[in-house]
Amino acid sequence: MAAAISAFENGARDILLLERDQYLGGILNQCIHTGFGINYFKEVLTGPEYADRFIKKIKAIPEIEISLKSFVVKLTKNNVITYLKPGSLEEVKAKAIIMATGARERTREMVHIAGTRPSGIFSAGLAQKLINIEGLLPGKEVVIIGSGDIGLIMARRFVLEGAKVKGVIEIERRTRGLARNVVQCIEDFDIPFYLSHKVSKIHGKDRVEAVEVVRVNEGLNEVPDSKFKIECDTVLISVGLIPENELIEMAGVELDRKTNSPVSGELNKTSIPGLFVCGNAFKIYDIVDSVSKDSSLAGRRAVEHIAGQA
Amino acid sequence: MNLFDIVIIGGGIVGTSIARELSRYRLSLALLEKESELAFGVSKSNSGIIHPGTQNPVNSLKGRLCVQGNFLIRKIARDLGVDFKEVGELIVAFNEEEASRLVEIKKDAEKLGVPKLKIVGRKWLRIHEPNLSGEAVKALYAPTAGIISPYRMVYDLAENAVANGVEIHTETKVESIVRSNHFEIFTTKGAFKARYIINASGLYADEVSKMAGIDDFKIRPRKGEEFILDKKKEYLTNHLLFPLPSKVSKGFLVIKTSDGNPMIGPTAEDILDKTDLATTDMGFKKVLIAARRLIPSIDENDIIAYFAGLRPVAGDDFIIRHEEKAPGFINVAGIQSPGLTAAPTIALMVVNILKRAGMKLKKKPDFIGKRKKTIHLFAMPLERTRKLIEKDSTYGDMVCRCEMVSIREIRDAIGRGARTLDGIKFRTRAQAGRCHGSFCTTRIMKILSQELKKSLTEVTKRGGASEVIKGERS
Ligand SMILES: Cc1cc2nc3c(=O)[nH]c(=O)nc-3n(C[C@H](O)[C@H](O)[C@H](O)COP(=O)(O)OP(=O)(O)OC[C@H]3O[C@@H](n4cnc5c(N)ncnc54)[C@H](O)[C@@H]3O)c2cc1C
Ligand SMILES: Cc1cc2nc3c(=O)[nH]c(=O)nc-3n(C[C@H](O)[C@H](O)[C@H](O)COP(=O)(O)OP(=O)(O)OC[C@H]3O[C@@H](n4cnc5c(N)ncnc54)[C@H](O)[C@@H]3O)c2cc1C
Repeated sequence: MAAAISAFENGARDILLLERDQYLGGILNQCIHTGFGINYFKEVLTGPEYADRFIKKIKAIPEIEISLKSFVVKLTKNNVITYLKPGSLEEVKAKAIIMATGARERTREMVHIAGTRPSGIFSAGLAQKLINIEGLLPGKEVVIIGSGDIGLIMARRFVLEGAKVKGVIEIERRTRGLARNVVQCIEDFDIPFYLSHKVSKIHGKDRVEAVEVVRVNEGLNEVPDSKFKIECDTVLISVGLIPENELIEMAGVELDRKTNSPVSGELNKTSIPGLFVCGNAFKIYDIVDSVSKDSSLAGRRAVEHIAGQA
Repeated sequence: MNLFDIVIIGGGIVGTSIARELSRYRLSLALLEKESELAFGVSKSNSGIIHPGTQNPVNSLKGRLCVQGNFLIRKIARDLGVDFKEVGELIVAFNEEEASRLVEIKKDAEKLGVPKLKIVGRKWLRIHEPNLSGEAVKALYAPTAGIISPYRMVYDLAENAVANGVEIHTETKVESIVRSNHFEIFTTKGAFKARYIINASGLYADEVSKMAGIDDFKIRPRKGEEFILDKKKEYLTNHLLFPLPSKVSKGFLVIKTSDGNPMIGPTAEDILDKTDLATTDMGFKKVLIAARRLIPSIDENDIIAYFAGLRPVAGDDFIIRHEEKAPGFINVAGIQSPGLTAAPTIALMVVNILKRAGMKLKKKPDFIGKRKKTIHLFAMPLERTRKLIEKDSTYGDMVCRCEMVSIREIRDAIGRGARTLDGIKFRTRAQAGRCHGSFCTTRIMKILSQELKKSLTEVTKRGGASEVIKGERS
């Protein structure tokens, strides 16, 4: 939305915004906690409130056509987009394309945690969606792997829902999340926080039964005789996000093998002229305020590109 | 309670192959499975390879059944609309000593009847398998090796068997068997009566056999851990790649799968616990090292999923026989690798055993031999997807974004018997992609709950106590 609005403000007059969901706003919709907009709006907002500011603005611009339930399935290097809509498969060619496809969460498999694969293992974002959007409680005794912001926020969320959070396990010596989240979500609720520890194994046949935790040294190797077990019925995985860039990869954009970001010399640009990437798809941001700011730049760049072609 | 001619215990590849084969005849048949769905035992976690028959002892039953199975499965797959791909395999030698063993393996395999074997050299390998290690000197090429989706094979066999009158009962665990004029089979869902029993219960075949009074073999699980790579690496290899086999296994392979993702593994470790499906750090390390010896460019970051399966081992070979001491009871036990490949021939062998045991078999004139191929958008060019969507808009309503699975396909899967999240995953691939269901799990739970008229708290990952959520927010 930030990129589309900025493209309009910079002079573009024929803009199509495609969103596969039924709503605008992306991941913000499930972030019902506060802490959004402090830089951008100088106000403390919840995720949906932050999104709503942009939704109001964009709906007031008739030159931006919003197409919901529109799922992009293909992109080519000459900027042709194929997308699915209820009842049809559409194809459009654009003078410039901005991909703002966000990120997905890294999985348990990406950090190679051994053990069984029972029910009760959730990505932190899925657990957030289950609680905040669906009104369901994923589990009652929870261990959280990784101390990214989503994990920290979910620790508090589970406690507020009456569940017991039996530990947050972080392999590094310090948290990956914001300091304010450690204080407000962990310390204020007396949740055990294990730094320099990792989960080495998940136990459980049908449902998660326990995790095995072990201390690690500076080289991240296991410290002998430091193993202990925590019984739980739920494991949340919060080990970082990874940009969702399979479509631009299909079009031929080179991605960094480790980060999945486009290999790029400049913010928002890719190796294909006229194809831009912004937000979490370009790189993982800590706060949404910076996403909005940088995405505005992508809108401007797209307009400049079109002008340069004319 | 009616008397079945035959009750089959176990709904894996072996039980369903037998059920479908027997459904050609005028018989009343039932298949009993303890899990919530079929294929939730050994048949869901294997390499999915239709072996050509190499690497088997010359006089073994499993070797003979495997070679014929490789041949038979092609028609069955075609008739049932299951994708079978003949990709071929290479057994790779890294030095001259290993190369001389290839000659022996070739000779043995030819005695078993494996066709079209050829030893290929460096030049051939460089052209046809460019990512293979430069250290490879020779390979035994078996072009008839293929790949198939093991669980989709089970589901489609079962569906065809049902179309031909077989009753399938899931969540029906056999707990004891009493023999009088006929068998009485007591289960968690009541009793069944049968004239004949076919025991195809995989890892538990020894326990079920004991219920009928036959107690002369033990099933020992041999664990195999496998690691799945991102679909982006689909063309990492052109063939299935094997090192030289050891005594207990075919070694660590680089596998192509019918879902597109390459896979590396499996390990082979004898264990005691028949329910121990944990993967280990050790297995991960071993498999990665061995796979990189074949394909050096494999990177641990390519791995997106992993699992373990247990081979039901009873000595060195399969045990397939009518038990004279319990007339009417047929054991199909110890079906370790290559059981998936051998299943069609095992089914034929069971038919012959029944005939010899005195069963009168008459073919049905109205046997339905074919089924309509299941629609999977992921296996379809976009143009066909467009046509489908224009006819039925629910094909355009995507539930799983990573693997492109529509709500229509999910509903179809439930209509065909899916009851759990894993059942949906095996049938449609929804939740099997990069995000592991982070985005689509809630939607699939809702669809399951609507279609099956269950509450969300009753939706499970794979039946039993594997419920997904612990409650609704108050
Ligand atoms: C759980 C969580 C908690 C957070 N907490 C905070 C916080 O407290 N404070 C803060 O400032 N920031 C927070 N953030 C970060 C911030 O919310 C995100 O960085 C920001 O919202 C990302 O915006 P985006 O537009 O890049 O991505 P997204 O919001 O993910 O948007 C991507 C959109 O693209 C759509 N899309 C993707 N692929 C396709 C396709 N093929 N076709 C059509 N549409 C597609 C998606 O449906 C989605 O709507 C949090 C993030 C998360 C996940
Ligand atoms: C890691 C690994 C890799 C393999 N790779 C290959 C390969 O590439 N190619 C190949 O050809 N073979 C392969 N195999 C072998 C193949 O998977 C097996 O031979 C085959 O799946 C066995 O099928 P089954 O039907 O006998 O067993 P199962 O699939 O286990 O079926 C038995 C069923 O019986 C049910 N059951 C058990 N007890 C009871 C009871 N009391 N009441 C009711 N039901 C009961 C179980 O729940 C189960 O569903 C591999 C095996 C493993 C473990």
